[in-house]
Amino acid sequence: MTWWPLIKVLPQKTNLHFVKYARYAAVLSVVLCIASIVSCFYPGLNLGIDFRGGASMEVSKPAGQTIDFDALRGSVNDLDIGDVGVQGIARRDNNIDDGSTAIVRFQVPEGRDQTQVVQQVESAITQAVGEVRYSGVEVVGSKVSGELFTSGLLALGSAIVLMFAYIWFRFEPQFGFGAVAGLLHDVILTFGLIVLLRLEFSLNMVAAILTVIGYSMNDTVVVFDRLRENLRKYKTMPLRDVIDLSLNETLTRTIITGVTAVMVLAALAVFGGEALRGFSLALMFGIIVGTYSSIYVGAPIILLWGVKRGEIGEEAKPVKLGMASRP
Amino acid sequence: MVQQSRWKIIVLVLALVFGVLLAYPNVLSQSQKDALPGWLPKNGLSLGLDLQGGSYLLLEVDVPAMRAKRIDNMVEDARVTMREGNFATNAFQREEGGVVVTLANPAQQDAALEAMRLLAGGPNQQGVQERAASRLGNDRIRYAFTDQAMSAMAATAVDQSIEVVRRRIDSLGTRETSITRQGADRIVVQAPGESDPAALERVIGQTAQLTFQMVEDDPELINLALQGSVPPDSVLMVDQDGVTPLLIKKRVLVSGEQLTRASVDSDQNGRPAIGFRFDGVGARRFAAATASENIGKRFAIILDNRVISAPNIIGTIPSGQGQITGNFSIAEASEMVNLLNGGALPAPLKVEERRTVSAELGQDAVEAGALSTAIGFVIIVAFMFLTYGFLFGGVSVIGLLLNGLMIVAAMSLTGASLTLPGIAGLILTFAVAVDANVLIYERMRDEARAGRSVIASMDAGFNKAMGTIIDANLTSLVAAGIMFVFGAGPVRGFAWTLTIGVFTSVFSSVLVAQVLLAWWLKSAKPKKLPIADAETVK
Repeated sequence: MTWWPLIKVLPQKTNLHFVKYARYAAVLSVVLCIASIVSCFYPGLNLGIDFRGGASMEVSKPAGQTIDFDALRGSVNDLDIGDVGVQGIARRDNNIDDGSTAIVRFQVPEGRDQTQVVQQVESAITQAVGEVRYSGVEVVGSKVSGELFTSGLLALGSAIVLMFAYIWFRFEPQFGFGAVAGLLHDVILTFGLIVLLRLEFSLNMVAAILTVIGYSMNDTVVVFDRLRENLRKYKTMPLRDVIDLSLNETLTRTIITGVTAVMVLAALAVFGGEALRGFSLALMFGIIVGTYSSIYVGAPIILLWGVKRGEIGEEAKPVKLGMASRP
Repeated sequence: MVQQSRWKIIVLVLALVFGVLLAYPNVLSQSQKDALPGWLPKNGLSLGLDLQGGSYLLLEVDVPAMRAKRIDNMVEDARVTMREGNFATNAFQREEGGVVVTLANPAQQDAALEAMRLLAGGPNQQGVQERAASRLGNDRIRYAFTDQAMSAMAATAVDQSIEVVRRRIDSLGTRETSITRQGADRIVVQAPGESDPAALERVIGQTAQLTFQMVEDDPELINLALQGSVPPDSVLMVDQDGVTPLLIKKRVLVSGEQLTRASVDSDQNGRPAIGFRFDGVGARRFAAATASENIGKRFAIILDNRVISAPNIIGTIPSGQGQITGNFSIAEASEMVNLLNGGALPAPLKVEERRTVSAELGQDAVEAGALSTAIGFVIIVAFMFLTYGFLFGGVSVIGLLLNGLMIVAAMSLTGASLTLPGIAGLILTFAVAVDANVLIYERMRDEARAGRSVIASMDAGFNKAMGTIIDANLTSLVAAGIMFVFGAGPVRGFAWTLTIGVFTSVFSSVLVAQVLLAWWLKSAKPKKLPIADAETVK
């Protein structure tokens, strides 16, 4: 077995001073979080029809034939149903964008019968560009989309609350706050990415964010577990050193697991087709951010807060995050 | 660790056997599955609509519309009862749940109340008094649905609608359609495969309320109505030609509820027609409507507020049988017959959400999903080999394979459908499944670094990593649970895959590693931990 190059991801015993850079990281995180929050309102999320209501139809002609997008747009616009979006996409069967497939999106105006409007659009499309295949049609009423949006937000909110409760229960309040700060950080930045890449915010995206929450928690728990263990083991070591030690000890695992997940999701983003691309990109980004946050958001917050040490209940003093106070 | 407990091996073997047994049908063709003996499981993975193609419809029962319609009928019934009993009335006032009749002569209140009580009738088959008449002041009578009936109305309407929708869809010949209730007033219809969503929507979208109502042929009244003063007991409609105005009495003589059977017939000219037959009550009412005093008048046959025919009454029809003639094709006639036989919807259904995926699109998604799963799997395997060598890496790969087998088996067993996000969940599960192994192996490295023997560090690796593994996976379970509660459709599929994956991955990565590594430890009696850093060995 000696010939096999077991990857030593890192030197066997790393001694990186994570805490030392926590202040820079905090500034970076805060700036990115603010930018992400702002971007959610301006320019705002690109809501999919799940949450906005309306219809989206995928129409295609046989390979080689092209759809006249302008004619299509014009004829649907003539129906006077407000904004109509027509976007060419790659063919599903060979992934080539040859102008034979398009997605038509529109809103059903208030007070008009949804089924009727959809039928009118279908006949307008047929008139404008001839016979097409409808490979995917999604129509969501305004009532349902409103409900979906509420339940999506509820899902995210309750996930965060439950995770907080769980960590509080399993560890200590400080750990809970650290974990939740990390979670919020990850969720907010993932939203920022969704806005930045103009990904469609749909039900699937909510699932992706929930998964990011699950993963980020997973990562945080591993670090916290080691931190708790080391706090018991090294009762006199300064808190910042215990944190650095725990982060270093779990670093190999953090990197191996994170890299595996990201590589696999990259494969999904490349080969998984259009429908999963946004989903896997958001997941991939969320996992990277989640890894970063367990190191630079969760742990430093515990440091700021202080924590009870061991069974004796001796209170460790909160430590000032001096930038260069320690080598 | 060397002393391997026997139950672990037994559990592992059982998991393997059941896994194979349950996952096995997925690789068989339908005919092979049919040939399996009865006691063997036959269910393969069921694919979600987004993967196999199909339609998802979320329908809402329009309960307010139904209530309004029923109260309309009540008002008309009250009007007719008062007229037939020769009670002079000043007003019929519609209100929530019923109608208030104001009598011109308060002295008639007792007699009128009696007549209205008769109209209200007794309790229905379920023993529920649906309608009641009561005194209001000294000159008014309230005729209304009971509170009990009002509150049951919505629930009954949804139940009836589900039944009707099921019969109609069955008549379309669509197989494996699932029709379920959602919330208080919604119905979810899921039709897999190459079904025609437009036909589905057309069939579901029609209420199929069939009524027979008298036609007012007095030209003077028609003229007045055309000028805007329609008599309160009538309504203006157009004949089947779409032009000729028809003044139609609101009162329903006989309705589709009394229909026992409809069939495609042909009239005397050989054109398609619809034959119908009423039950006892319907036949009596139909006979009364066609009685001698009405001969020469016309009645209209109305389907969903559209006059399909307005024939003359030429003689009393006591048998309760008849024929509707009109200008329809055979196809139209048979669709109408199916609708009539399926029964009327108690209330209109509104399509609130519709998602249709063609089978081809689903197939493409399956292929893309399978390809990326395979690639993802290869990446994980390669990465594990690279990081932990053939032995330890190999052990996690075997755990991963068992994990995959168990996920497929569990999903086949529970009948949960695999959706497109579910595939993503599956891939992610694989990636995170090795996390348990990584945690264990890293712990072993740590222990070896601390100078422990091979056996001791391996033991400690398993023991100390276990708490972390459980903590870390519980958080994933919480996230999946939330998705399951709040999510819909494909997201639920994702949550379900993730949940199953959490259980199987912890089980297989830990147990497989324990059993296999113990076996290796016993047979190879190694001097050093193969994954330990070279420098640690002194």
